[in-house]
Amino acid sequence: MKTGKFDIYVIGVGGQGIGLLSETLLRAADHAGQPVRGVDTHGLAQRGGMVASHVRIGAGAHSPLIMAGQADMVAALERHEAWRGMNSYLKDGGTLAYYDAVWQPLNVRLKKEAAVTSEAIGAACSARGIREVRVFRDDLPDPLMQNMALLAEICRLDLVPGLGIVHCEAALKDLLEGAKLEKNLALLRRIVQG
Amino acid sequence: MKDMGEMLLRREGFSEVVIGNTALVRAMIEAGVGVVTSYPGSPTPEIASAIASIPAGLRPFYFEFSVNEKVATEVAFGAALNGRLAVVFFKSVGLNVAADTFVQLPLMEITGGMVVVLGDDPGAHSSQNEQDNRHFARLAYLPVFEPATAAETYSMFKEAAALARSRKTAVILRLTTHVCHAKEKVAFAPFAAARKDDGPRFDVRNGPYVPIAAAVFPMKRRALEKLEQFREYADDSPWNLVFSHGNKKRGIIACGTAFLALNDVLAVAGDRRPDLLKLGFSHPLPRRLLADFLSQHEQVLVLEELDDIMENEIRALAQLQGLAAVIIGKQDIGDWIGEYTPERVAAKLDKVWPGLLPARPETGRDRPAVTPRPPQLCPGCGHRSAFFAIKKALAAGDITVADIGCHSLGFLPPYQMGQVLLCMGASTATASGLALANAERRVLAFLGDSTFFHAGIPGIINAVFNRHNLTLVIMENGTTAMTGHQEHPGTGKNFNGPTAAIPLRRVLESLGVANIREVDAYSQKQLTAMVTAALAEEGFKVIIARHPCMLKHVREQKRRGAWKGVPVSVNQEKCRRIHECVSVFACPSYQLEDQGDVRVQEDLCIGDGSCLQTCPAGAIETRGPGGEK
Repeated sequence: MKTGKFDIYVIGVGGQGIGLLSETLLRAADHAGQPVRGVDTHGLAQRGGMVASHVRIGAGAHSPLIMAGQADMVAALERHEAWRGMNSYLKDGGTLAYYDAVWQPLNVRLKKEAAVTSEAIGAACSARGIREVRVFRDDLPDPLMQNMALLAEICRLDLVPGLGIVHCEAALKDLLEGAKLEKNLALLRRIVQG
Repeated sequence: MKDMGEMLLRREGFSEVVIGNTALVRAMIEAGVGVVTSYPGSPTPEIASAIASIPAGLRPFYFEFSVNEKVATEVAFGAALNGRLAVVFFKSVGLNVAADTFVQLPLMEITGGMVVVLGDDPGAHSSQNEQDNRHFARLAYLPVFEPATAAETYSMFKEAAALARSRKTAVILRLTTHVCHAKEKVAFAPFAAARKDDGPRFDVRNGPYVPIAAAVFPMKRRALEKLEQFREYADDSPWNLVFSHGNKKRGIIACGTAFLALNDVLAVAGDRRPDLLKLGFSHPLPRRLLADFLSQHEQVLVLEELDDIMENEIRALAQLQGLAAVIIGKQDIGDWIGEYTPERVAAKLDKVWPGLLPARPETGRDRPAVTPRPPQLCPGCGHRSAFFAIKKALAAGDITVADIGCHSLGFLPPYQMGQVLLCMGASTATASGLALANAERRVLAFLGDSTFFHAGIPGIINAVFNRHNLTLVIMENGTTAMTGHQEHPGTGKNFNGPTAAIPLRRVLESLGVANIREVDAYSQKQLTAMVTAALAEEGFKVIIARHPCMLKHVREQKRRGAWKGVPVSVNQEKCRRIHECVSVFACPSYQLEDQGDVRVQEDLCIGDGSCLQTCPAGAIETRGPGGEK
């Protein structure tokens, strides 16, 4: 299925599974028959720093990088990074889908800066016409599955045009195997089916 | 799950979503490469990960992580003299280490052919500078391919390899971070595996191979003649392409990812779009093609990430040929700095040709700044424990010198350990110099174990030889952690299997280091006492602060079901809000609540227990293996 160009900026903290989330979105779009390109952060920043991936779906994208302020959606796995992602990459009227985990940045722990609140994010979304999807669950078998919980909400709410659970399942089967695959598929299906 | 190793060896053609680094490995296999060498460094380690995905017995070529980039280049060179198509790959600054060897390559008849794959890093995503290695290509008279995408990386490597082999030379494939890591679907060709060939091919008659005194000149002449032949190739290369939009007035010359960003940005320019010249083979420049392009446009923008190398050569060409086109290139210092992302390219076009692009909604204005999140030492990292302990032994004026590796992150607050950082292996000698003509401030240097073997040893020999006065702390974590946990000569394993470990302490002893202490980095009191004692002594003192990289260790233990982490919590009744855990020891697992309470973020705590000894109030408690108190 061909749709227009759709750019997703994925952001979180090194160690949260940003790479798996972005690779799943990208491969799911490929399974849906759309052209894809993108890029992940590798190397140094993975050590607990800000990590971002660019996922570009549909024809007409040349650079692997999304232009700042032009993303159709920001998918974030942490509250401060959701705030960073929407302020730098999300266009007005776009969608912010974020898992509301809090991993305090250094300056917050050093008492130099205040923590970001979910209320502040909500207010900024309203002011900019951004659709806000906040995800938080206390029933996850493993905090490392927060990325799957967010992916499932993205599927359930049809936030990416042309992308369904069937495509995400196919992508996960490309990337995982054994018990890990089954655990992730089970969570994805449980959430999508409500 | 898709099996990358199976895919890379597949005989029939196929299409797959891959990053540039993976596409490169398929190209090596199709091209019949015999020997590949490297030293780990971002953005290139995933090339080795792709090689590692092929079971050792099935790998169609030999691969090693050498001890450093210079050695890697020499091993590849030797293999190429033996008639094998050879590849060496490493990061941007690795070429500085390899330079002594690299600049000799053009003088040699490299019978097997050699491809030097460089991972440049515009934007300094994971490097200590963003040096433009196209300068080195000019210095060494070597040709350069510059792919922009994973598909181009694949195709250009095969072309570079064929040219290297047929012209008996080295060819550079210059990648950048967002070429190495960019993903797209690449169509791969079928290939027929070559028969294994262990026949020796080195023949001194292919030389001369000894450039001494007057023998240098004919060798240099041959190198320059080969470069001229590549200049002819440049004009006819399928990788140098004009994209005409019928614009007689404006043209743009670009290469690499800047060309891709340009295409994104120009999508909204409609019929005002300038003509484009994309240079995929960028050294030597295609003079005929460029002269034609310059003569067909009134104004030509050279859109060039990092330095003004093409710009100056194109200006010289225009002057030589009397071409009237106005050439626009760098306009201010900002144009030399950072990656040419789509927004940077749009801003540059706005500056050069106002009105070419329609007005865009302003982004980012009036939006609150977000606190930065720099990379940091992982929960349980032995370096954190070491920095916390060492800091207690230092006086206010003491000087600390860092080296390259995870421990470089110690320069960040709250540790602020490592006030100077130069490059791989530079800490000991830099500290030696800081201690000269310095009667009061004591000097302490840090060095990682992989870096010790890479470039750290000469500085240590010099400290012994010239009797320097400093304390060196070797932070031994048993791996090359920063680049993804590669083995090093001290670990007892290489890329291909077990090997004799070279113990750090024995190396130090044999170099004549007389004052050596060893301690587990988690033994904070002992480490503080050792540093206090060492700083009070004269001469060259070494402390080996050892703890395994906990990211690697815990992963391996968990895989075996053997990890016995004991997560911690803060006893709120005992806690006196001193905040030693959250603001001084500063493990990221500790988080501050609004009222000054401290909470342990359970997603992050690995249960290493290195924090238990840090709380003056004794409020940090273990919760037992299951999490119960």
